[in-house]
Amino acid sequence: MKKDIILAGVGGQGILSIATVIGEAALQEGLYLKQAEVHGMSQRGGDVQSNLRLSSEPIMSDLIPKGGADLIISLEPMEALRYVEYLAPDGWIVTSCVPFLNIPNYPELETVLNRIKAYEHHVLLDVETLAKEAGAPAQAANMVLLGAAIPMLGIEHDKMIDGVKRVFARKGEAVVETNVKAVETGYAFSVR
Amino acid sequence: MKHLLLGDEAIAQGAIDAGLSGVYAYPGTPSTEVTEYIQLKAKHLHCRWAANEKTAMEAALGMSYMGKRALVCMKHVGMNVCADAFMNAAITGVNGGLIVLAADDPSMHSSQNEQDSRFYAKFAMIPCLEPCNQQQAYDMMAYGFDLSEKLRTPILLRVTTRMAHSRAVVNTLDTPRPQNELSMPENVNHFILLPAFAKRNYAELVAAQPTFVAHSEQDGQNVYTRGTFPQKAIVTTGIGYNYLMENYDASMGCSILRITQYPLPAALIGQMVKDGAKEILVIEEGQPVVEELLRGMVPSDIVIKGRLTGDLPRMGELSPDCVRKAIGLDALPVHEPEAIVVGRPPALCQGCGHRDMYTALNEVAREYPNPRIFGDIGCYTLGALSPFHAIHACVEMGASVTMAKGAADAGQHPAIAVIGDSTFTHSGMTGLLDCVNANANVVVLISDNLTTGMTGGQDSAGTGRLEQICTGLGVDPAHVRVVVPLPKNMDEIKNVLREEIDYAGTSVVIARRECIQTLKRHLKAAKKS
Repeated sequence: MKKDIILAGVGGQGILSIATVIGEAALQEGLYLKQAEVHGMSQRGGDVQSNLRLSSEPIMSDLIPKGGADLIISLEPMEALRYVEYLAPDGWIVTSCVPFLNIPNYPELETVLNRIKAYEHHVLLDVETLAKEAGAPAQAANMVLLGAAIPMLGIEHDKMIDGVKRVFARKGEAVVETNVKAVETGYAFSVR
Repeated sequence: MKHLLLGDEAIAQGAIDAGLSGVYAYPGTPSTEVTEYIQLKAKHLHCRWAANEKTAMEAALGMSYMGKRALVCMKHVGMNVCADAFMNAAITGVNGGLIVLAADDPSMHSSQNEQDSRFYAKFAMIPCLEPCNQQQAYDMMAYGFDLSEKLRTPILLRVTTRMAHSRAVVNTLDTPRPQNELSMPENVNHFILLPAFAKRNYAELVAAQPTFVAHSEQDGQNVYTRGTFPQKAIVTTGIGYNYLMENYDASMGCSILRITQYPLPAALIGQMVKDGAKEILVIEEGQPVVEELLRGMVPSDIVIKGRLTGDLPRMGELSPDCVRKAIGLDALPVHEPEAIVVGRPPALCQGCGHRDMYTALNEVAREYPNPRIFGDIGCYTLGALSPFHAIHACVEMGASVTMAKGAADAGQHPAIAVIGDSTFTHSGMTGLLDCVNANANVVVLISDNLTTGMTGGQDSAGTGRLEQICTGLGVDPAHVRVVVPLPKNMDEIKNVLREEIDYAGTSVVIARRECIQTLKRHLKAAKKS
């Protein structure tokens, strides 16, 4: 088993929480893991990404090669497109369709979404609305996105839910329940 | 035990488990997390932030003097700040183990240059360690402290961004080694660098060089593997090895020398040549240090390839892709980049006090024919970008104050420095003293957000005492002004700035409002308790 994942978004959106949950589940599965993060200046509202690599064999490079990513998980549609050079020819894009507008020259949203739809393997979803519908706060939008990516992760659905429970356990039962619900909502959207 | 750790955290845990007594550091990306981890996991050790890298290095040397193990952490440019102490610590030598961690930032993700700290190890003539993965980073702390005490020399530990900020599973010891007992140096004269003593120390350091090389050859950190086709050889340093192995196919049969310890292991390089190497590719993160050194170590008919020859990019960090190309493999098939994607540069947070400070400053500066505003290092450097375009220079920690002074000396008016509170206590105070002594016609605008913001909100050394520091340095108390950068105070701030610009002498304006990131954190913590 080998999955190379690029997590993308805008500084402060919460891509590292997604990585934490996947990492927790992967370690329980006994997989090797490497995860390169961005700290420092770019976190101030700039584009951020994290390279997450999972494998049943030892992993060498901390970075994913161009053309090597099995999956791009993005909390922002244009940010998903920023990394397509890294996507394998048959790779998946799972992304929120809600733009993060903090720059004056953001391209036309419809064009951005059409570009994403041009990729054969894509899941495009409104994570914020889905979070709301699940009765979860806006901060749980990243867990909806994680849920939508589960079918492509190579880790079983139940194992991922266990991962969510363990990661959020110290925040109390209510927080665990909200986040599990958010993940299930995203998962249901993806497999429907 | 198994832990998922950042490279920085592996270094911190390795130091704790190796009997560390204190860490001394000033925050700087990508090194900050080492000290933060020790603050979180081992509060009983000395782990308070230092005012700058020089005070950190000196305090660590003092702890080592007393026989205890000390760690100094900084980003690469911090090495310049502590260079005086660092270079001379190589001459004094150490008592307790002393490791200096320099985290380099090739590609300048969060830095103003990509200087390679390995030059400093060579400059000071001390051993340097450069781990290739998180596990080795952990293991090298115990090895490094032991080596430091055995050789009585400081050790430089060099990592780069991808090592510092990448997570992997690390196996750690169950029981940490106890700390050293307090003990005086055997020979106190070693620490008294009068020329007569220093000459003796320096001669010892020179004489120890072959021993340093022998450790590089024999301790197992550097590994040479003869290939089945040894005419082609590859030398990797640090994480360069991982990019090679990501792409390498055993059928290529190259001889491979994996370097993670310096000085260079001459015997292993000699063996590589003896085995028939005709072409050597050097894969190293940072500047072409080994590539240049090898040219003087192997016969001149051997072709050396690397960053200087264009086989790898001259600048920037390595990637699996550029290394793949360098070893002669075709690129993987990729999707074309999407032309529609535009840049998303970082920006000051909404609600940040620096924003209101710049709004006021820009409006006042516009009233003068040719204002010059000298910026400094921190979040507020982003004032150079849209929408503010407020600063005309930014060089290194503290330079705003002294460059404004130099400009004023040259006849510029108004000459304004913009500096953060933490940068001011790091390196701005001495420059302010120069201003006071010359009664330089400058305004030093300290944008005080009560924290070291850019690196994530660490304690700032002068919090609550900036006015006293400025008046203590001799600034006329009538010209140390404090304002609160909020939109509702805009008129007041602008008036204060005008008055101090028009005052012919040194003045300080402190714009003080808490960083909104730390404020959010504090409010959240207060809500919980």
